[in-house]
Amino acid sequence: MSDLPRDAAYFDAATASPLHPAAREALVAALADGWADPSRLYSQARRARQLLDAARAAAADVVGVRPQELTFTASGTEAAHLAVLGGLAGRRRSGRVFVHSAIEHSAILHAGEDHVAAGGAAVSVPVDRLGRVDERAWRAAVAADGVALAALLSASHEVGTLQPIERAAEACAASGVPLLVDAAVTAGRLPVPAGWSMLIASARKWGGPPGVGLLAVRAGVRFDPPSTAHWAQPERAAGHGPGAPDLPAIVAAAASLRAVSQEAEQEARRQSRLVERIREQVAATVPDVEVVGDPVERAPHLVTFSCLYVDGEALLHALDRRGFAVSSGSSCTSSTLRPSHVLEAMGALSHGNIRVSLHRAATEEQVERFLRELPGIVAELREQAGVTGL
Amino acid sequence: MSTVHELDCLGQRCPLPVIALAKRLPQVAVGDIVRVLADDPAAALDIPAWCRMRGQEFLGSPLADGYDVRRIS
Repeated sequence: MSDLPRDAAYFDAATASPLHPAAREALVAALADGWADPSRLYSQARRARQLLDAARAAAADVVGVRPQELTFTASGTEAAHLAVLGGLAGRRRSGRVFVHSAIEHSAILHAGEDHVAAGGAAVSVPVDRLGRVDERAWRAAVAADGVALAALLSASHEVGTLQPIERAAEACAASGVPLLVDAAVTAGRLPVPAGWSMLIASARKWGGPPGVGLLAVRAGVRFDPPSTAHWAQPERAAGHGPGAPDLPAIVAAAASLRAVSQEAEQEARRQSRLVERIREQVAATVPDVEVVGDPVERAPHLVTFSCLYVDGEALLHALDRRGFAVSSGSSCTSSTLRPSHVLEAMGALSHGNIRVSLHRAATEEQVERFLRELPGIVAELREQAGVTGL
Repeated sequence: MSTVHELDCLGQRCPLPVIALAKRLPQVAVGDIVRVLADDPAAALDIPAWCRMRGQEFLGSPLADGYDVRRIS
């Protein structure tokens, strides 16, 4: 930490938020008290099981399900894989088609690719320029024959645009298709939408520790997780994924989910005002910039923009040197060297791309410093690249 | 029949092909076409986006790794 500039601003909450104080407190307590295996029969194990049950009840309460309907997984990615493959397998007699938006998280898309490789089919529903799913195409896709499962995220993890979950769910219900909602962006920040059959989220994005995902499967939804997961019935019944659970992390995840949900309304208002300020100021003070995503119907904490002629990786490093941690959807910053599939689906400019995502410890002062320094940083990079005046 | 000017950006990573296009287009006559050859996958996204931002006409991709842009103004 010593090489961080003074007042370093962490603006990548959409990847991982700093640990909420309630999570830290619960983690420390559970490390002392919840280290035993909750499946054993002695008193230390019973204590661990009590902690697990309490965490499950607390998280279920926030999500709006019964505790038996909620499972803690080892990550959001694991929750996504189990939900997609388990949801598809559970309905194999009804069909083999997986319908999803073009902008789902890669964890959902990768599970869909596995399904296709195993002989299934997938239909990707396009989005508009703002990154919102095409509702007419969605209705047509879920009403088609042989659809086993549909997936739509609550808000785009890259551009923040909120999705019409309740109307998408109505379309699914009309055809008897279960809807999987990836609520990773909005869990603990916005109320949980209605109408879904399965829901997933990731604790590190709401201020819980990494290594905890959340999977809710409503009673009556056909769910048949892949046998390769080797997920034993007692583990499922206890509410955790395959293998021994990281109980202290689960306890911390549940404690922070409850805490962030209690302060969500106030924090969403505060962060949304800051995001609005960023959207306005970046467009006004940085020439040739495209601020993407819906300006109003969006997640409260997240904003993405692309700077023409600027290398995304160079911009990310320049910002890091000035003490701003952000992420980027530009191809030069991805391991695959491809631009983000989300920006691609929206037809947005992909280079010079920066995503800023806020959390409860991100301050107005940090945002104002960012807005003061950004125009000069972009101008300097453009000058170095010899693209001024193009 | 408008003239097609080829701009070879093969092997260049984005944003370089877009920068080359921005430098080249003002040098051709209004109505002429610049065909950008670029194999960076981001070019398929960024060249149409540049046209939209700059009010130039994107004509599509008539060949693999080739993108046609007509100078409008």
